[in-house]
Amino acid sequence: MPPKVFITGRGIFSSIGQGLSASLESLLAGRSGKGPIRILETLHREFPVAEVPYHDEELIRMNGLDPAGTYTRTFLIALPAVKEALESAGINKLDEARTGFISATTVGGMDKKENFYHIAAESQEWLKYIDTQDVAEHTERLADHFGFRDFVTTASTACSSGANAIMLGARMIRQGLLDRVVAGGNECLTRFHLNGFNSLMILDKEACKPFDQNRGGISLGEGAGYVVLESEAMLEKSGKKALCELSGYGNSCEAFHPTASSPDGIGAFLAMSQALEMAGLKPQDIDYINAHGTGTDSNDISEGTAIMRLFGEHVPPVSSTKPITGHTTSAAGSIEAIICSLALEHGLLLPNLNWKTPMTDLNFTPVERLEKKELRHVLSNSFGFGGNNTCLLLSKL
Amino acid sequence: MSEIFINGISCISPQETFNNSDFPAEWTDYSGDFLSCREPVYKDHINPTLARRLSRYIKMGVTTALTALKDAGTEMPEAIITGTGLGSTEDNEKILLAMHENQERMINPTHFIQSTHNTISSQIAIMLKCHHYNNTYVHRGFSFESALLDAMLLLREGRSRTALVGGVDALTEGHYINYERISRWRRNRSGSLKMITDQGKGVIPGEGSAHFVLSTDKTETSYASLKALKLVYKPAEPAALTDAASNLLKDGGLLPQDISLLLYGHNGDPEGDRWYQDFHQSLFCGTPSAYYKHLCGEYDTAGAFALWMASMIMRRGRVPSGIMTKEGAAGDIRHLLIYTHHRGDQHVLCLLSRV
Repeated sequence: MPPKVFITGRGIFSSIGQGLSASLESLLAGRSGKGPIRILETLHREFPVAEVPYHDEELIRMNGLDPAGTYTRTFLIALPAVKEALESAGINKLDEARTGFISATTVGGMDKKENFYHIAAESQEWLKYIDTQDVAEHTERLADHFGFRDFVTTASTACSSGANAIMLGARMIRQGLLDRVVAGGNECLTRFHLNGFNSLMILDKEACKPFDQNRGGISLGEGAGYVVLESEAMLEKSGKKALCELSGYGNSCEAFHPTASSPDGIGAFLAMSQALEMAGLKPQDIDYINAHGTGTDSNDISEGTAIMRLFGEHVPPVSSTKPITGHTTSAAGSIEAIICSLALEHGLLLPNLNWKTPMTDLNFTPVERLEKKELRHVLSNSFGFGGNNTCLLLSKL
Repeated sequence: MSEIFINGISCISPQETFNNSDFPAEWTDYSGDFLSCREPVYKDHINPTLARRLSRYIKMGVTTALTALKDAGTEMPEAIITGTGLGSTEDNEKILLAMHENQERMINPTHFIQSTHNTISSQIAIMLKCHHYNNTYVHRGFSFESALLDAMLLLREGRSRTALVGGVDALTEGHYINYERISRWRRNRSGSLKMITDQGKGVIPGEGSAHFVLSTDKTETSYASLKALKLVYKPAEPAALTDAASNLLKDGGLLPQDISLLLYGHNGDPEGDRWYQDFHQSLFCGTPSAYYKHLCGEYDTAGAFALWMASMIMRRGRVPSGIMTKEGAAGDIRHLLIYTHHRGDQHVLCLLSRV
């Protein structure tokens, strides 16, 4: 038996709240972070988005940073989430154990690059941001801010990035390379990916409604979520109580299409199956699935089909929380893992807002209203472009 | 812990490295300010209709992936993992320009489809119909090595027996122009092959794609045994590297004098090259050493070129001309240690042993 890995800290910063308790309140109230575009500068005002409701200048102030510095929005959104994760795990000193930092994003410094790129040859302002445009800049900025030294890297697999960061962290702990890891993902909204998703015609002009027969696509969101993972040995040493166990994970590739999901959901099926197998669990042991559930035609039928194939006639409660948080892309995997840990902790089945009409090809319908229910094992699905599918399995202690 | 072997390799680089079972007869000297790959005819390797759609970095990546598999005689790898520093910069820049020129209309969806950095890994999976583990890392000078580390973890977990790992970066015009503005580059005054001795502030950029098939099974065509890998983030001082190297050797039951050859990442910027000098003097005085970046230029995943070079040296049992610090000094090569860093921030140690 490989050593167990536990979640001992969480940090979240998104459209539904600044921090864990505000986020929990929004989840309990079924309050969505979505609304008309307020912060992002774009001509496409027709799409609702779930924005972190602060301009960069406000985030700089809230984070207590030097106003003269150059920061990507990615960094500004991630910083409070990493800080909260460390605090909630009671970690003050990083050098008392081998501590890794694994972050994830896809757009990186694109929020600044897209403002300058067309005038790159002339702009003096752009000079300050040139070296912040890549994906890893925010990771190193955060690592240096907090003092992570033992291992630092960045995963980037589109909308499963955050989940893959967590998975790598757990695997490094299991092999004894690290004692604990802060891992997660983040994404800020950019014109770049709003336009990109729009070019694929998969954005919903109304608030998204996953698993609805009449779903119309994605509602984008932004935010960051980070968890602290610790080894069993670390917990024995410190006597700290974990929040839950990361008891399994699976990663599989659709190998079907660069962006669309396969009709049979093979990638989703394999990722979920692997997670169960790793934890030695059977489908009937799963009490809740936090679905990837983007609200696109292709994802929901693919994921729904995979769920039916794995669970047959006994599909556990399923919901997508993206109508609440928006699709936070690279952050979705880690934000939803945190939502799952809250569901375990408080015994909650979270609602799939905006849902009305059952999908004709599925034998299940999503959770409509918040329900109290004792949960033991929950799955969190995250699927990305290129068929990069990852599933995390969280278990109550 | 199971041993890990490098069973197949393939490399597209500014040198004639592709589809070459031996070192090129001679190294190409570049007089321009950056080094570009000597690319193969892609339609020999990728369906021409598909190849027309794919951006250059994806074609480079997919082609080395397929040929590395062929080299290893592996049809279906049990993991596909890519590291890339620049990722899909080429497609991103096209979208940004289109967004500006057409006021956020008429964005070509193909560019967006290829705009996520995991496109190489997923495109390889689509071509092979490979449903196994698939991941991508994008972290400057750790991009390739994070992918390599992930593969080593998988093989040691016993979850996969073979893993296809690559490091891919293609220089774009936009990237060159941007970083020129913040003085990242230096002029190539005396030819790229003299890059290391003709020192100056800044680097001469390059590019490349290299793939490796790792396996827990040793075969007749195994290049080397991949013993250990260590990523060191922003070390405070050179001693951190010598400590890391000592520990890495100790874990493998080796002493510094057991290393037959060191392969260093000098690029001719004295500030960065000092790390290698300190490292060599404190642990490996008298051990033969070689360079590689004068052949491929400086880029995020240059470490993949280093691993290609090291694999070839182990397999051929000889060091090619034009890379030794002092010519003709390397003897029987049993253990080879790569030490390379990127911008003084991401430092990597990688130990190979003869099979």
